[in-house]
Amino acid sequence: MTGGTPIIAFDNVDKFYGDFHALKDISISVREGERMVICGPSGSGKSTLIRCINGLEFHNSGVLTVDGVEVYEGSKNILNLRQEVGMVFQQFNLFPHLTVLENLTIGPMKVRKASREDAEETARKYLDRVHIPEQAEKYPSALSGGQQQRVAIARSLCMESRIMLFDEPTSALDPEMINEVLDVMVELADTGMTMVVVTHEMGFARKVADTMVFMEEGRIVEVAEPEKFFTNPESDRCRAFLEQILEH
Amino acid sequence: MLNWLKKLHWLDWLVLAVVFGFFGFIWWQIEGNLNYKWRWHLIPNYIFRYHTGREEWFANVLLQGLAATIRISIYASILALILGTILGIARCSANLTIRMLARTYLEFLRNIPPVVVIFIFFFFLSQQLITAFNIESWARGIARQDSKWVWEFLFGDMRRFPSLISGVFVLALFESAFVGEIVRAGIQSVDKGQREGARSIGMNRYQELRYIVLPQALRRVIPPLANQFITLIKDSAIISLISVQELTFKTVELVASTRLIFEAWITCAAFYFVLCFGLSALFRKLENRGTARS
Repeated sequence: MTGGTPIIAFDNVDKFYGDFHALKDISISVREGERMVICGPSGSGKSTLIRCINGLEFHNSGVLTVDGVEVYEGSKNILNLRQEVGMVFQQFNLFPHLTVLENLTIGPMKVRKASREDAEETARKYLDRVHIPEQAEKYPSALSGGQQQRVAIARSLCMESRIMLFDEPTSALDPEMINEVLDVMVELADTGMTMVVVTHEMGFARKVADTMVFMEEGRIVEVAEPEKFFTNPESDRCRAFLEQILEH
Repeated sequence: MLNWLKKLHWLDWLVLAVVFGFFGFIWWQIEGNLNYKWRWHLIPNYIFRYHTGREEWFANVLLQGLAATIRISIYASILALILGTILGIARCSANLTIRMLARTYLEFLRNIPPVVVIFIFFFFLSQQLITAFNIESWARGIARQDSKWVWEFLFGDMRRFPSLISGVFVLALFESAFVGEIVRAGIQSVDKGQREGARSIGMNRYQELRYIVLPQALRRVIPPLANQFITLIKDSAIISLISVQELTFKTVELVASTRLIFEAWITCAAFYFVLCFGLSALFRKLENRGTARS
């Protein structure tokens, strides 16, 4: 996992929402194939950080480069970039008026201009990958939360993205459905996909993360390998946070 | 029936008595004081009439008027839906100028009485356009052709085509403001996550709107749009003021020539009522079926 060029690089990035300083002087990079897990208390800027990567939010100062392209508001490359960077949301954000299959094919067909046959073939391949090939003709509302999130993952995969962002993918799920989603994510990690995951699922983090990041109040407080992060974190705040979420 | 009667409270009886008393009083006034002579038997003739020369039945003024009202309502609704959708999208635009223009259009139409709007649109817009595109002579040309029955089925008497088009145009412009507001509400009711989902797979703003936001928004606003369609049918009565030969105009003419004041207007009202009430019942049924399915 070491080596490889940075595919995502934050360089002194700041982000404001009005007066609120959401990201403070962020400098961090992700290598190709790296799996980074970001954790921290709510409001610490984790979501903002990963939403900057595919331009759903734009930073105000500093330089952010993704896949060799600089990301900034008004950039002509944003649409191309978003095809390379898949994103999975906490609330799934599936399109309720389309069937599962249509949810998966609309991106490739309309954005990548793929033919219907090719798009459907790809879609079925990835539905297989997330273990719900039999749900293709249903509407998202007929699926359980876990199934919907797996469809959302497949939707991103169908764009053949090289980077996948996960914004608290299991936070909106009932407990019994969390593992089916995490299993899919572990399998995805095994394929060598570059992944940036915001999550509090520490079991998952231990299993797949190459790098752990702890954020608080818009700052990156700690960056470490999982082994060191979980056994001997440097900052007290990180230690306190881990104790809180691991005590159960 | 008897069971239903037994359920009535004495207060219900009182209310019913007052209502019947009121209408009885009006009837008594008309009969006694106005000395009005009811001539209901003449009305069917103005709906359908037997042409003795050609030996066939044909639709007379009232039915012609109803047909024109239905045609105008359908065309105006389609046009209003198109204009309104554009207006609704403009109202949600990221561009301030576009948003302001849409808002201005809307506020003008909402704060000026429809009749005034219709006169202004008619004299400034419709008249100008009809002259500019030479629609008048084009329509007369059609009226002389062999294939004119197709056109007559779609637009009625082709010699009246310019006035019909003005009516449709004016009504559509007027109603588009309200359709626009309905569409805007629909667009804004679509969750922000839907736009983010669309953007995250690389869709541009147009694709996001076309494939993700609009289909959901329009589906959601079908019930209020259906209501607006019924409102439009009722509003279409005011274009009789610009001499479009629809139901109200035809009734005015009928009353002027026959003095069948109450009979003609009551028949006219019944036509509107059956049309609008029928449609609203139909839409309610469709809506219930829609919700039962999803």
